[in-house]
Amino acid sequence: MKWMWDPKYETMDREELEQIQLERLQSTLHHAYRHVPFYQSLFDKSGIGPGDINSLQELREVPFTTKGDLLRGFPYDFFAVPLAKVARIHTSSGTTGRPIVVGYTRRDLQHWGHLNARVLMAGELGERDVLQVSFNYGLFTGGFGFHAGAELIGVTVIPASAMGISRQISVMINFKTTALVSLPSHALRIGHCLREMGVEPKDTSLRVGFFGAEPWSEAIRHQIEDHLSIRALDNYGLAEVGGPGVAFECQYRNGLHINEDHFYPEVINPTTGEALGPGEEGELVLTTLTKEAFPMVRFRTGDLTSLEYKPCECGGTLVRMARVKGRVDDMLIIRGINLFPSQIEDILLSFEVGPNYLIRLYREEGLDQMEVQVESPVAGGERAPLASRIMKEFLDRLGLDITVKLLEPGTIEVSKGKQRAVVDEREI
Amino acid sequence: MLRVRGLKVYYGRIQAVKGVSFHLYEGEAIAFIGPNGAGKSSILMALSGVAKREGEIRLKGREISRLAPHELVKMGIIQVPEGRQVFPTLTVEENLLLGGFNRKGEKGWIKKTMEWVWSLFPPLAERKRQLAGSLSGGEQQMLALGRALMGDPRILLLDEPSLGLAPMIVEEIYTTLKKLREECSLSIVLVEQNARLALNFAQRAYVMESGAVILSGETGMLRRDDTVLDVYLGRAREGFFE
Repeated sequence: MKWMWDPKYETMDREELEQIQLERLQSTLHHAYRHVPFYQSLFDKSGIGPGDINSLQELREVPFTTKGDLLRGFPYDFFAVPLAKVARIHTSSGTTGRPIVVGYTRRDLQHWGHLNARVLMAGELGERDVLQVSFNYGLFTGGFGFHAGAELIGVTVIPASAMGISRQISVMINFKTTALVSLPSHALRIGHCLREMGVEPKDTSLRVGFFGAEPWSEAIRHQIEDHLSIRALDNYGLAEVGGPGVAFECQYRNGLHINEDHFYPEVINPTTGEALGPGEEGELVLTTLTKEAFPMVRFRTGDLTSLEYKPCECGGTLVRMARVKGRVDDMLIIRGINLFPSQIEDILLSFEVGPNYLIRLYREEGLDQMEVQVESPVAGGERAPLASRIMKEFLDRLGLDITVKLLEPGTIEVSKGKQRAVVDEREI
Repeated sequence: MLRVRGLKVYYGRIQAVKGVSFHLYEGEAIAFIGPNGAGKSSILMALSGVAKREGEIRLKGREISRLAPHELVKMGIIQVPEGRQVFPTLTVEENLLLGGFNRKGEKGWIKKTMEWVWSLFPPLAERKRQLAGSLSGGEQQMLALGRALMGDPRILLLDEPSLGLAPMIVEEIYTTLKKLREECSLSIVLVEQNARLALNFAQRAYVMESGAVILSGETGMLRRDDTVLDVYLGRAREGFFE
């Protein structure tokens, strides 16, 4: 319990926790119904009222809310309190089109701080730590969210925000940063630069990192840990339900503890919408339990995971979600086999090729074919044997024949901020 | 110790409580606050078994939602009704004895408990043989409370104990209640229209409007920041915090 910010809730027995969840759920449904026209019509159309939900299971009768619904509500239609009562506004990071605008009341902000304190505390952060928050402090939820949690714990915070990589590194070295909050890809770039600068990672004070806001594989985790000589912990959150602080890893790193006293999680079959049981993989659906300004009812996150209800070795009893495997909309179907780019990525990284790669899907005589193009530093003559070893690994682990093409570094064009690309040339 | 899920209360065809869930720990005080007609008192009526109800009510794991009022009293769920409702033509002492009807035959216990009630409420001790109808409002409230204590409650249900009383008397009664909770680890479900009073007394509160709980939480947090309460309560908020 030593490394828990809020042991009362983080170790609560399930029956007690479910009672609190039900109470908060009912309030949230009434609040959303009374103050957000979208929810009112959602309920009315399905012929149920918020008062009809008298158990957690009955929430399944309420229709989902999707990102599309939120986009149509731009900017303020989903706010459940007048703007005068909104203390802060953030937006989703939305790379395409207009973002989703989210609001926080003063109480929402207080809760948010505490949730992020849980995330950081689980990484054994204390007042002697110096935390460099390298998320943008702006409309994006990352910077301010972690900042609030860090201040509650009493960590020394460096609001580095979105400075360039070399300035980040000089701050990190000069200010003796012990902990880092950033995108996993950002950490990889830092590691890469340290190498180029000839700095031994062991010579920095850095010891732990909290990474999230984009999916990252175990292979990337090993790379980060290796290159920066730190422990890398995963966390999960999304602007639509309030930003970072939804779920986090503890030192045992066996799944992310979901802050269930503030978010009610479900996992569904993304195609049928049917509820799935513990351990079954599907799309994560979240309902907020304490949000005042922006309550979310059964929001489809698009993230793929599964839930584990057994208590964690750390003593925590909150349900744990598996690390996000990918996005529902990322899923590729090749000859009837479901495949995520992250699985490809994991294998590529185990051969130390990449990180830039491109997946090309096409049809040959009616049969789906897949080709992976990846950058590799190895010399021309060694490429063919390496490619065939990777192909064998794909076959063994994924059960698919995948052609592998090794290319010169710097030849694959990647869109900014994204390390993967899929080109689907199949005509469907 | 008390766990309620999806409680609905009906008066004939009118539904006063629309699926409310709440819980109460041992030695804890919770408050239901909200405007008139929100359904607060109906919750107490359901707990004491006098109103038509649906849903799950568990006391230490045991389902008690179908028990009759006298069985609930035996289990220690005892209500102090709104407006005191003492028996005006009986003496103070006789009123107290009636409160101990479920302990009939245990003379020693009744005597001991009555002594304790006298010590909690000295004004009552001075008026043992006086008719209850001749007491002041504050004294009647003390008597109603004393009568409930004679039933050996584990959970005390209090309906508007401050109603119509002078501030000084109200303070006195709440001080006694606090003592009972802290020293005898009595659990209390309080219904109050005076939100400030309730938020100062209870550890947690449930805010009700139109038969539903629309917000709940630790009273410390609700006290510190009530800026959003008026949104939750709509126009009913007017005059809510005096």
